[in-house]
Amino acid sequence: MIDASNKYGITKAVALFLSPALSAIFIFFFLPVFAALAMSFTDFGLYSLADWRYTRFVGFDNYVKLFNDPLFWQALKNTFYFVLVAGPLSVAVSLFAAISLNSKFAKFKSFFRLAFFLPVVTTLVAVAIVFRFVYHPHFGLLNYLLGFFGISPIDWLGDPDWAMPAIILMAVWKNFGYNMIIFTAGLQNIPSQLYEAAEIEGANAWRKFYQITLPLLTPTTLFIGVITLIGFFQLFAEPYIMTQGGPLNSTLSIVQYMYREGFRWWNMGYSAALAFVLFAVIFLGTLIQLKLKGKDE
Amino acid sequence: MNNKIKTLGLNLLLLAIAIVTLAPFVWMVSASFMPNGEAFVFPPKFLPDTFSLTQYEKLFTRINIGRFFLNSFILSVSVTFISLFFNSMAGFVFAKYKFAGKDKLFKLLLSSMIIPAQVTMLPLFLMLKEMGFINTYLAIIIPGMANIFGIFLIKQYAESIPDSLIEAAKIDGASDFQIYYKIFLPVIKPILVTLALFTFMGTWNDFIWPLIALSDQSMFTLPVALANLMGEHSQDPELMMAGSTLTILPIIIVFLVLQKQYIKGIMLGSVKE
Amino acid sequence: MGAEGERVNDLIADFEKENPNVSVTVQQVPWSAAQEKLVTAFASDMLPDLFQIGNTWIPQFAFLNAVQKLDAYIDSSRVVNKENYFEGIWNTNVIDSSVFGVPWYVDTRVLFYRSDVLSKAGYNSPPKTWDELFAAAKKIKSILNDEKKYPIYLPTTDWTPYVIFALQNGAELLKENNCYGNFSSQKFKEALLYLTEYHKEKLSPVGVSQVANVYQAFKDKYISMYISGPWDVAEFKKRMGDSLSGVWNVAPLPSRKGNYPGVSLAGGSSLVINKNSENKKAAWKLIEFLSRKKSQLKFFKLLNDLPAVKEVWNDPALINDKYTQAFYEQFKNVIATPKIPEWERIVYSELRQYVEYVVMERMTADDAMKALDKAVDDILAKRRQILDEK
Repeated sequence: MIDASNKYGITKAVALFLSPALSAIFIFFFLPVFAALAMSFTDFGLYSLADWRYTRFVGFDNYVKLFNDPLFWQALKNTFYFVLVAGPLSVAVSLFAAISLNSKFAKFKSFFRLAFFLPVVTTLVAVAIVFRFVYHPHFGLLNYLLGFFGISPIDWLGDPDWAMPAIILMAVWKNFGYNMIIFTAGLQNIPSQLYEAAEIEGANAWRKFYQITLPLLTPTTLFIGVITLIGFFQLFAEPYIMTQGGPLNSTLSIVQYMYREGFRWWNMGYSAALAFVLFAVIFLGTLIQLKLKGKDE
Repeated sequence: MNNKIKTLGLNLLLLAIAIVTLAPFVWMVSASFMPNGEAFVFPPKFLPDTFSLTQYEKLFTRINIGRFFLNSFILSVSVTFISLFFNSMAGFVFAKYKFAGKDKLFKLLLSSMIIPAQVTMLPLFLMLKEMGFINTYLAIIIPGMANIFGIFLIKQYAESIPDSLIEAAKIDGASDFQIYYKIFLPVIKPILVTLALFTFMGTWNDFIWPLIALSDQSMFTLPVALANLMGEHSQDPELMMAGSTLTILPIIIVFLVLQKQYIKGIMLGSVKE
Repeated sequence: MGAEGERVNDLIADFEKENPNVSVTVQQVPWSAAQEKLVTAFASDMLPDLFQIGNTWIPQFAFLNAVQKLDAYIDSSRVVNKENYFEGIWNTNVIDSSVFGVPWYVDTRVLFYRSDVLSKAGYNSPPKTWDELFAAAKKIKSILNDEKKYPIYLPTTDWTPYVIFALQNGAELLKENNCYGNFSSQKFKEALLYLTEYHKEKLSPVGVSQVANVYQAFKDKYISMYISGPWDVAEFKKRMGDSLSGVWNVAPLPSRKGNYPGVSLAGGSSLVINKNSENKKAAWKLIEFLSRKKSQLKFFKLLNDLPAVKEVWNDPALINDKYTQAFYEQFKNVIATPKIPEWERIVYSELRQYVEYVVMERMTADDAMKALDKAVDDILAKRRQILDEK
């Protein structure tokens, strides 16, 4: 480690190294965060684009309006539905895939890993478009395949009760490969002697999983939980492409509502308030997870 | 015997999952070679009756997808290079130098990773608009110039290379910039490749910000153009599948070539902070 | 925008030949996001000198001070003259007695139908009143005798039928100088209930995703009637093919009772000039060029866009086109939607949503329209405040 401190705290050369990245981050990330906070206390809207003088400070009005807006609650409910179902489901599927691939019985490991991982790297918009057709009630691939099991056609994206499950299914399909890789890394760090010892004691697979794998993976699971949570709360492209938030607003997400209010109807003050609620929700969600896991250990 | 059954069962299960993950792609590519109307039939077809290039022809002639391709490519490459440069300089300092307030500064950066980017979008739009950058490449490049995750990743990797290498150069009288350029960059090359891959794919696949910041059709990136095309051609699955195939294809190729670096990067990024 | 953006270049070349000192660059915006993209362009001072907008957006752009008043240009023009245009369409360009746009091409909604199915049901001409339309739908359902075939398609993603039928019923959509919603009025609700009756009686499919492709659905007799505009004539011609060209047709919309055709919406695109443009003169020249009979006719032939200039309709190319003639009849009775900047938002984000709640039977029409009025009143709060200050 090179000491770069002097009476100013840092040498000029080192400050120069830091400044491009840090000034970009401060100007184009931190500054807008504070500006957005300020904006959320104004009624900046379509009329303000015509003339700034139409903008005024309205205090907490936007937040009050938000809490009385049924569509906001609907969007919040939908987003929670998505996060709380798709999140654990995708973590479970990825853990299952990682353990299976880690097993000594698995063949063609690199092929399977690649196949599972492929959806992760592909463009979400393109995939959402593909799925819109896959989910078609009459001509879609999914209903056709389900037909073999005697399941009658489901109007995946047109039925308000099925639209969110359809989006969840796609999200799990798209994302589980990423977490699978992280779990694989975690699994490889577990000393194999532990399993050998357990086998000698006659433990079955389930007990080995429950008593060795799961506890030793806790830090990994925590990390995955947090990044999945942050990512899933930002649900946007899937409903934007597949359902436009419908039917009956059953797939409208917070980010989509924010986009619509801000950039379609130019209700930017209200939209900024929505953005901050999203931030608060993510913040609390992360905090709760860290607390819960902290107690576990 | 028991082991044979286990092997068979497990591999069949893995195969089933692989089919689920791959089937949509297979159908996508196959439908993209169908003439109009053939993908909307019951039962769905897995192979075109007659192999047709109509959809691709239409994309390149009528819809001008080449332009969107170029936009996506230029943007992804520029963002990748600029951010790699900025992030590596910052990562270098955070990993190899001591200075006042370093830990606090880094903690601040790390903890702000939980702020969703959407929070910044409204003011960012108005800022870039005042600068006259909306609907230009700069509207995408500027917010992507540096990112906290990139700095973190480089710092994380660089901490594993011995300090002695750099200290020795310092004693030999090398300047800070020489150390960065001649010693640091070559050693962290693997992580640079990984980060380049992340950034390239991230920019290529990004949707919401380009959707907001680009208004003229000739500036659209592939995902934005594709979403718009869906608005007008939701009746034409074959055309949409051709567009999707073209959008995904470059990413898949890049990934297949560099998958080892990519996967290593994910693992490194996940090391407990 | 959309196809116009692709094809207008054919005309621009002629214009440039005529005016060698002017060079025109065409910027394309996709139709599906045109309105938001244009506001983005406005917000970032990037609007072109001359641009096309849907005529229902004129109030918004006029309010934003984005477009130039054209009265002075029109007064001294030998090409553009109010008398040459359909009155209902021209009026959509007038706000507080100033003209902001020149109609480029026009559109309105009419009834697309399968004539073979209708005649099998005993109708040799399309329905002319609400009652007849409903009776025809019932009859079609019974002769098709198929749970999975529907006489008419009234998707909830399209707000226009709901507004059109309300207007036919004499409903006033907004009240008090367009400052409050008036959707819970008896007349609006009657029209809404009339239309949702089709969904209830399974005469129209409910979910939007049920019909992935209107043309395919028409081919398969999955639906037999559909309310849409002139752009679909071109699509139908292309997709129905020659074999089915005799079985589909278009007709003006039915009316509440008697006085056929019933009213429809005055739609279309207008050409407007950016208020901050430095090339207003040249832009106006281009508007005049595109408003000439020859250019309008050429555009009709290229894209089937219906000419805004009435004289062009005397051309054999239009007279001999049965589809076009049906639109001509309809244009005699068209009306504009309320001319306020918030209108787009009211119909796209609010009206559609509440209609969907009624159609899917999650809300009664009474409750839904009351909630709609409340939402609309909220949207219009700023308008009231600004009017009060003035």
